Amino acid sequence: MRFEYAPAPESRSVVRLRDSYGLFIGGSFVSGSSVFKTISPATEEVLAEITHGGAEDVDRAVAAARHAYERTWSVMPGKERGKYLFRIARLLAERAREFAVLETMDNGKPIRESRDVDVPLASAHFFYHAGWADKLGYAGFGPSPKPLGVAGQVIPWNFPLLMLAWKIAPALACGNTVVLKPAETTPLTAMLFAEVCQQADLPPGVVNIVTGDGDTGRLLVGHPGIDKIAFTGSTAAGKEIARQCAVSGQRLTLELGGKAANIVFDDAPVDQAVEGIINGIFFNQGHVCCAGSRLLVQESVADSVLDALKRRMASLRLGDPMDKNTDIGAINSRGQLDKITSASQAGEEEGARRWSAPCALPERGFWFPPTLFTDVASSSPVAREEIFGPVLTVSTFRTPSEALQKANATQYGLSAGVWTSKGSLALEMASRLRAGVVWANTFNRFDPASPFGGYKESGFGREGGRHGLEAYLDVVATDVAGTVADV
Amino acid sequence: MDVTSSDSALRRFLHGLPAVDEAGARDRAQALAGRSVKSDAKRTALDLAISMVDLTTLEGQDTPGKVRSLCAKARRPGHGAPPAAAVCVYPDLVPLCVEAVAGSPVRVASVATAFPSGRAPLDVKLADVKSAVAAGADEIDMVIDRGAFLSGRYLCVSEEITAVKSACGEARLKVILETGELGTLDAARRASWLAMVSGADFIKTSTGKVSPAATLPVTLVMLEAVRDFSAAGERRVGVKAAGGIRTAKDAVRYLVLVNETAGEEWLDPRYFRIGASSLLNDLLMQRVRMETGRYSGPDYMTVD
Amino acid sequence: MAAEAGRIAVRKTYKLYIGGAFPRSESGRTFEVRDHEGGFLSNAARASRKDARDAVVAARKAFGGWSERTAYNRGQVLYRVAEVMEGRRDQFASEVRLATGLSDAEALDEVDAAVDRWVWYAGWADKISQVRGGVNPVAGPFVNFSVPEPSGVAAVLAPQDSALLGLVSVVAPAIVAGGTCVVVASAAYPLPAITLAEVLATSDLPGGVVNMLTGQVAEIAPWLASHMDVNTVDVTGAPGGLADDLAVAAAGSNLKRVLRLPPAAWTAEPGVDRMFGYLETKTVWHPIGL
Repeated sequence: MRFEYAPAPESRSVVRLRDSYGLFIGGSFVSGSSVFKTISPATEEVLAEITHGGAEDVDRAVAAARHAYERTWSVMPGKERGKYLFRIARLLAERAREFAVLETMDNGKPIRESRDVDVPLASAHFFYHAGWADKLGYAGFGPSPKPLGVAGQVIPWNFPLLMLAWKIAPALACGNTVVLKPAETTPLTAMLFAEVCQQADLPPGVVNIVTGDGDTGRLLVGHPGIDKIAFTGSTAAGKEIARQCAVSGQRLTLELGGKAANIVFDDAPVDQAVEGIINGIFFNQGHVCCAGSRLLVQESVADSVLDALKRRMASLRLGDPMDKNTDIGAINSRGQLDKITSASQAGEEEGARRWSAPCALPERGFWFPPTLFTDVASSSPVAREEIFGPVLTVSTFRTPSEALQKANATQYGLSAGVWTSKGSLALEMASRLRAGVVWANTFNRFDPASPFGGYKESGFGREGGRHGLEAYLDVVATDVAGTVADV
Repeated sequence: MDVTSSDSALRRFLHGLPAVDEAGARDRAQALAGRSVKSDAKRTALDLAISMVDLTTLEGQDTPGKVRSLCAKARRPGHGAPPAAAVCVYPDLVPLCVEAVAGSPVRVASVATAFPSGRAPLDVKLADVKSAVAAGADEIDMVIDRGAFLSGRYLCVSEEITAVKSACGEARLKVILETGELGTLDAARRASWLAMVSGADFIKTSTGKVSPAATLPVTLVMLEAVRDFSAAGERRVGVKAAGGIRTAKDAVRYLVLVNETAGEEWLDPRYFRIGASSLLNDLLMQRVRMETGRYSGPDYMTVD
Repeated sequence: MAAEAGRIAVRKTYKLYIGGAFPRSESGRTFEVRDHEGGFLSNAARASRKDARDAVVAARKAFGGWSERTAYNRGQVLYRVAEVMEGRRDQFASEVRLATGLSDAEALDEVDAAVDRWVWYAGWADKISQVRGGVNPVAGPFVNFSVPEPSGVAAVLAPQDSALLGLVSVVAPAIVAGGTCVVVASAAYPLPAITLAEVLATSDLPGGVVNMLTGQVAEIAPWLASHMDVNTVDVTGAPGGLADDLAVAAAGSNLKRVLRLPPAAWTAEPGVDRMFGYLETKTVWHPIGL
């Protein structure tokens, strides 16, 4: 018999949308010069008007952050800083459903993911870093490492709240103040986060949020009052910032693109590997910089893995992101949909064989079906360039060394996956893969205690864990004897 | 599949099955448990679950009166619900059940083979089975020899299943793996295949006498096994989750697991069963809730 | 306290805290607790060696579940203790003030410091292994790493001279990494300890992780120090001679880890020595290869 789950939409009533949102500067919402609209990618309805931050706004925000840094935050004992972060962690957890619904409305990701992944992890990130605030001397960067100052942070649209947490929590724990620019298409949870800062009585100016587009981001990272830049986004934009910092001397961490290999050996736990492949590339519609977008399967099991994968892909439920049973939500923007569509077309034109899950796409909004390509030439752009969508390429290998060569043959190096029942092989592969994160028999797993970041053109610096603190600490600071350490 | 020719052939086959990663299997089971089943889908699911219940009593204190009342409940659960799939009892109570469910679609299932431990000589086990079948049992729930399985004597387990299957005649054979005693999901997968290649019509998680009994991860692994067995061109084997499923919410989770693992072909009492006793009343209470719009209470359910 | 306007106060019975429950001593004994001026405050349960034995059983039973929680979860529970304790700030301050004779402000300072101490340790829960563990570069094709693990059940003799801050400062490090403990509270200040137990009982801390005994340390401690199912003993609250005896008994029984840290002001930042004292180090080898 057919077992159709009835629609199970999460209620939007938990969210109180305002008509328009100002910038969050110096602890309060202020208006700016111009506005733009943010829409729901699943329905294309306008959700709210957002302020476009201009040069004056960025100036004001940086000044507020500087003031708060010098007067309040950098001189406050770590113990007390930590308490603010604990408060934020608790407030995020208390308002978790509200954040999840808003994130799904603005981003298009399934509520199941925003509810079970994005928001709990964001809260956990603050909780974890709260504990570091008064323990920085134990983190391995000298007995009393110092903050850097004002951090300018630019985050992407794929995990709006989570990336905010990844940026703000360590910065604040280490004693820095921040000016954060959310992505143009997903500003809403950042504005709700500003409310959380108010509820936490966070001192004004410690967190400032300036919404806008790429130009606003450029103004922020180019601002002379910024001591540290943290950017998550495309490799192209990252290189532009790196060029600028090469001259300015500002501290920089970059978390950029990826084209991760997910390697399945013939002794893998197949059912779990299939789930891992699915989770690796279709989690968050493939809008994941560390997505496992290149599947490498050992030839002896390629057919059976591919059959199982297609069967599983056919059971993915695409549609209303607010429905609790939806697995695949909306593509975040028309622009991104166009990129995915043209990359897929190019793949087909190059001779790769395309298979898409047989799912109906809603009429309104931006959608792309879970798709895989077989018979892909290694040189094909579809196998080399980051698509940032639900598109998987499949190729085969015969030996571990061939798998390694193929996996490492990319300008990127953010993540990789290995599936095998043999522990020594998993560790061998892990030791030879040129990637910042290697998942063995799992994929797309994140934890505040675990450092994340890339090799090669996937960027530098780590976020999360003990290692992530370094990005926000002056590790060239004076040592015990008071002399400046030489790096 | 002719892998049952020798102990070593069986071992090679069973140990050549893909491994199960426990963390991954748990994740998947938990993700499916998060499916939200509402309104019409829930109504359908509740009735389907009721029609899949093997209403069970397996106690030393079972009496004819108790079993008669159980049979009546299975035939007419009340509140407009469909009948249960079967009643499941000890062999000596089979004749009574056959009489009590006569003329209804409810089947009579009997545990056999020295349930629940399985610790008896083969001829005693076979006599157990034959007497239940002769008394009119439609289905036999046998237990495997876990001692033999865990010590690697797979052929012994297989031959016993084959012998019991042949003693069953027309009766359908459910093979209880007692996964709570097998230790790992890998072992549960091997035991599933062992039972299938030896002639099982159903593979069943548990006796209900050992904790843990049915769990979502172990049922997931067993559903993967019947799916893969069928995909390999073999017959469609059923799965029975037994023990520890007490609430309607749990039951619906199992249906979701069936739906998204083995597929809709298994959403049929011929291929999926839930062994339970108190579950039926909770399913009925939820059913009443959906009809009346208010929560019911145990005082309004019959005690059987 | 005078009964104003006819309202008679409802007084609290101070009992032991074992396995998540608040039993009286099995011995039926109590002792008088007096304030700093000698006035009667309450009768407290006087724990016996059998209470100590029961507490060790409860602590052992709780060890499996507590140590298997994620570090993140243990951190959250400890933080919850701080939250709930903060809500009883005035009650603690009053008990500390009556017991010790500190001024209102000093008593509040002690309570605040005790709450902050929980926060300090809450933050440690998921950082201990990052600071204390690591990967070891062995010369061969192996991954080799060391992780800290809790030793097990601890007997903690709380300092005699501190009503609350010292108590929290010895209890929190014993449980943050997943250990469980039997605490013998200060004989002079048992009441804040039992109130703390009430906080622990309502803070999502599983029963048995902390067991609180009140009574005479000289009577109970030797049984704990020689107990074969106790892994660590912190002798802070034992007077010098007794501490020596306990250390000998601990070593001679089952080679307990003995914590005898140099005295330091409870108000100072605690550092990590005490917390690390409750840890073992486990090193794991695994080959790398095709």
